[in-house]
Amino acid sequence: MSGGAISPDHATLGDALLEIRSVAKNFGAACVLKNISLQIAAGEFLTLLGESGSGKTTLLRLIAGFEQPTSGEIWIGNERLDSLPPYKRRVNTVFQNYALFPHLSVRENVAYGPRVKSAPKAEIAARVEEVLRMVKMNSFADARPGTLSGGQQQRIALARALINRPRLLLLDEPLSALDANLRKQMQSELKALQREIGIAFLFVTHDQDEAMALSDRIALLRGGSLEQVASPRDIYSRPATAYTAEFIGQTNLLRGEINNGVVRCGRLQWKTSEANGPALFSVRPEAIHLAGSEDDATGVVRFRGTIRQQIYSGASELLEIDCGENQSLRARIPASGPLTGAHEFVFSTRDAVRVTESSDAHELGRKDHEPQ
Amino acid sequence: MYSRAYKTVIAAPPLLWVCLFLLLPYALMLAHSFWIVRDGFLVHNWNLQNYRALFTNPLYVQVFLRTARIAASVTLCSMLLGYPLAYYLSFHAGPRKEVLYQLVIVPLWVSYLVRGYAWKTILGSDGVLNGLLQYLHITREPVSFFLYSPFAVVLMLTHIYTPFVFLPIYAALEHIPRPLIEASQDLGADRRATFLRVILPLSIPGLLSGATFAFVLSVGDFLAPLLVGGPSATMLANIVQSLFGAAYDWPLGAAISVSIVLITISVLFLTERLEKRWSFR
Repeated sequence: MSGGAISPDHATLGDALLEIRSVAKNFGAACVLKNISLQIAAGEFLTLLGESGSGKTTLLRLIAGFEQPTSGEIWIGNERLDSLPPYKRRVNTVFQNYALFPHLSVRENVAYGPRVKSAPKAEIAARVEEVLRMVKMNSFADARPGTLSGGQQQRIALARALINRPRLLLLDEPLSALDANLRKQMQSELKALQREIGIAFLFVTHDQDEAMALSDRIALLRGGSLEQVASPRDIYSRPATAYTAEFIGQTNLLRGEINNGVVRCGRLQWKTSEANGPALFSVRPEAIHLAGSEDDATGVVRFRGTIRQQIYSGASELLEIDCGENQSLRARIPASGPLTGAHEFVFSTRDAVRVTESSDAHELGRKDHEPQ
Repeated sequence: MYSRAYKTVIAAPPLLWVCLFLLLPYALMLAHSFWIVRDGFLVHNWNLQNYRALFTNPLYVQVFLRTARIAASVTLCSMLLGYPLAYYLSFHAGPRKEVLYQLVIVPLWVSYLVRGYAWKTILGSDGVLNGLLQYLHITREPVSFFLYSPFAVVLMLTHIYTPFVFLPIYAALEHIPRPLIEASQDLGADRRATFLRVILPLSIPGLLSGATFAFVLSVGDFLAPLLVGGPSATMLANIVQSLFGAAYDWPLGAAISVSIVLITISVLFLTERLEKRWSFR
């Protein structure tokens, strides 16, 4: 596997609905996807997360059939998907800008799929009613898409895809055009809807909060390779690579050396059972606490640092701690009033997650960039 | 805000131009159409005699019908040529798109008259087409019906107006968001169904304005019947020309001109209504 380690947390082969086998995609000389293998379980909510240019939309388009893989195979159940034209695939897509037909009413838009497949008229009408009710848009059946708001168009796009009862629904950044409040609301509705109808969702986004909030599993893409595939909790608490740790949430990357059972990162040190050599650790800001007298236990790293900056954000606040020797750490602590000067801090060695270096072939210059 | 004087100064020349060279001639034409010529003199005697002649004289009725038939044929032919061309360029030409587009436009730079004479050279009895047919031993003698027939007029006008039909159709096709086509396929429609249900309906405004161009310009065409049409393909504008010239019956010529203007206005009105019905942005 190129790039970072991949967590063993796959869906087991038995209940895989969609299987992507060693898929690669080149556009001319540019290699957009490299050797991607991924499985989606029936009823799963899987998110493809990545920056722009990471290949997430290309992967989605390969599954929908708008692009052909350069190599590799895509299977849905026992059917090979990548050799079929898009209109023969039992997957449906919700497009980024909805792609509703402007010359058709909402009802005709939603009925489009069953109608081109020549379903009986009465059945179409019933199904249209059903999906419009599902997305709470039945009172808009006769409107033209152009007269609807973004959020409403979003619902219609969803209904138009769901009426075909796909086994897998592909969603290409469907919420990115909505404003923040509407977006939050649509997220929870989308999640509820997915649970209710039990169709597998493959959701593309560049927004890590959205990915965390919605997904059963997150597949983090970087420069055309899978960086890590894991549940939101696992990917956050056990990031495999420095890139993952920095992309999902905030973190402190501690670079150090293991020598005879002791990790040394600047002024910090703790015991370990790992072999000698250079090592990189991720410590989440919220794992670092102000030391109390009870923190003398073993398995705890204790250090002294000067508070350089304090950023208050309601329930918590972020401290920037200068530990000397050019080392600074960020700690997120419960809001506790203004703090200045030198303090003792602690974190558990369990919260220092060893990650692999990300300075591999991607060369995205990501290290200098701090994710929000 | 601009001052009143400034606005007047800016607006005056074009207004004057339009009044002097457009509205005034139209008014004169309209007035003439209600007068008559008696013993070689124009008599300002208001009546509907000229219009009555248009509907009762079989010669004029025949020319009216022929003009409509030729204009409709030109419209149909240039749509049948222009639509596939525009479709191919917009969806399948790939990197050759720009070059092909220019190639379609280039004939518009060549004078209408030159293109007319070119057709005369191609279709004539000692023309290029007959030469080729005889060289290939397909015919032994020159075929005379190529030139001086309604067919030749339709051919020449189709050649001239196809780019005019192509352009608005091409623009309409280019404006169709490509995700709509992907959405259609995603929902199970093959190429044919996608064309019929998405592409064609969304290109109707372009098709309509192209058809309007071809029809309106053909109805009033004067040069094609003169150059390649011959007596069997005389159209309204030729009658007008002869009435204003040798025949010296300005009032009747004016009545025919007014009819052409009325036909044009009603076609424009109709297609505009239709285009409104079929546009969605």
